[in-house]
Amino acid sequence: MSETLVAIDNLTVRFGDRTVVDGVNLSLHRGDIITIIGPNGAGKTTLIKAILGIQPVTSGHITLSKGLVTGYVPQHLSLEPTLPLTVKRFMLLSGRSLADCESALARTGVSHLLNASVHHLSGGEQQRLLLARALVRKPDLLVLDEPAQGVDINGQAALYDLIRQLRDELNCGVIMISHDLHLVMAATDKVICLNQHVCCSGHPADVSHDPAFIETFGQPVAESLAVYHHHHNHSHDLHGNVVGSGKPGQDQMCELSHDRCHHEHH
Amino acid sequence: MSIIDAVLNDFFWRALVGGLGVALVAGPLGCFVVWRRMAYFGDTLAHSALLGIALSFLISVPLNLGVIITSLILAIALMSFSRNKTLATDTLLGILAHSALAIGLVALSFMPEVRVDLTGLLFGDLLAMTRNDLLWIYGGAVLVLTLLISLWRALLMSTIHEELARVEGVHVERLRLLLMLMFALVIAVAMKMVGVLLITALLIIPAATARRLAKTPEQMAMLAIMFGFFAVAGGLGLSWHMDTPAGPSVVVTAFITFLVVYGAAGIFSARSTT
Repeated sequence: MSETLVAIDNLTVRFGDRTVVDGVNLSLHRGDIITIIGPNGAGKTTLIKAILGIQPVTSGHITLSKGLVTGYVPQHLSLEPTLPLTVKRFMLLSGRSLADCESALARTGVSHLLNASVHHLSGGEQQRLLLARALVRKPDLLVLDEPAQGVDINGQAALYDLIRQLRDELNCGVIMISHDLHLVMAATDKVICLNQHVCCSGHPADVSHDPAFIETFGQPVAESLAVYHHHHNHSHDLHGNVVGSGKPGQDQMCELSHDRCHHEHH
Repeated sequence: MSIIDAVLNDFFWRALVGGLGVALVAGPLGCFVVWRRMAYFGDTLAHSALLGIALSFLISVPLNLGVIITSLILAIALMSFSRNKTLATDTLLGILAHSALAIGLVALSFMPEVRVDLTGLLFGDLLAMTRNDLLWIYGGAVLVLTLLISLWRALLMSTIHEELARVEGVHVERLRLLLMLMFALVIAVAMKMVGVLLITALLIIPAATARRLAKTPEQMAMLAIMFGFFAVAGGLGLSWHMDTPAGPSVVVTAFITFLVVYGAAGIFSARSTT
């Protein structure tokens, strides 16, 4: 078994009378990708904030391996419009060299935006910037809070794919929150379904059949995932084809309409 | 005639040097006020300065020290109050800002033996700047600038994304307290110049003007210092030639600069896009 990065023992977090995280046990090893799913208000964000050490815990223990470097990808970068900031300046705030920053940006595919204003980035570009910002620290543990929010559907698949590749390259552990159930199911080793307590956990395919999961997410969601898993073996090819053929298809349409235009013109 | 001129020039010169010293710290600190949406907060601290003056007379400590301590206590009280979300922050600030001002005025009226120039405290008395004031200003400026420069990256990071900064080991709470301390210090030394009612303008207007032209936070801070210098020099010139009150003249100059920069930038960008 590879090195344990995070060990959570009976973690409980209460806000006043409300128990938000209730007796959670969890361990994350180097190379693992764990995805936390669950309905709104299930304590997902609270749990990862506790792991990040920015949320005081009520009881229980979180043990991090010694010298663990954490890379955090927050949900948003809600930047004040009054604060002028370029991508380069934001990356350099990590305290790493410009060369390191540039290679991290290149790895997440946004190196061309080096001198762009952070205010002008699209949702997907912003997520890739935040990922680069976490990456430049060469983390042992990557923590992502809904990394694909505000990213279009093609971009989402690519982003989860990138996270998987980064796990292999950095040999780090990954823990993320996601609502993109069908995408997550393909990209993750272990799913934890959280609803204050861990209601079920395990391999994605098993979890989707778990009665507790069906109870939390409802039959339709579970069924759609089950359907998805029937095609799991082909999904990668299929997906590649969809992404690959999508654009030429559109181009063809454009050409067709252009032709039509010409015809009408003549 | 030449003797009078020399004397006038002397206090004019003192006012200019003092004003430039204040602008030097107000620029970068003002950027943080703008970035962190602390304008109303700064106002509250500034208004409490009057209470600080009353208290310093009561327990006979130097005025500047009394103001710094009162502002700090109020800042800490505000920070702890704002965690308790029963009142919106702006309501809370509105209550405390004006209550502090009113309590200060009432407290001063109980001390008839104390003669204070109320107009000077409220609107500033730049031309009455003494050598001792200059010492306070430049002492404060050196301290605040040293802190700002050495903590720049951490301060900026915690302003951009507080949680990300905390994950990366920045002591966000400690920095916030330090920022308050710097505010209190700047208010104490700038009070003499533009008065408690106008201090926030000196922090915000040059920074807001700089925003229009800056591409990075550092550029914005440098430009804010420049616009601050210009406001002080222009305001004093206005006051000298037109016999207007010095503090308000500085703020008016800053405001005109703001209008001109935004107007010119607006025309320029409209031309470049069409």
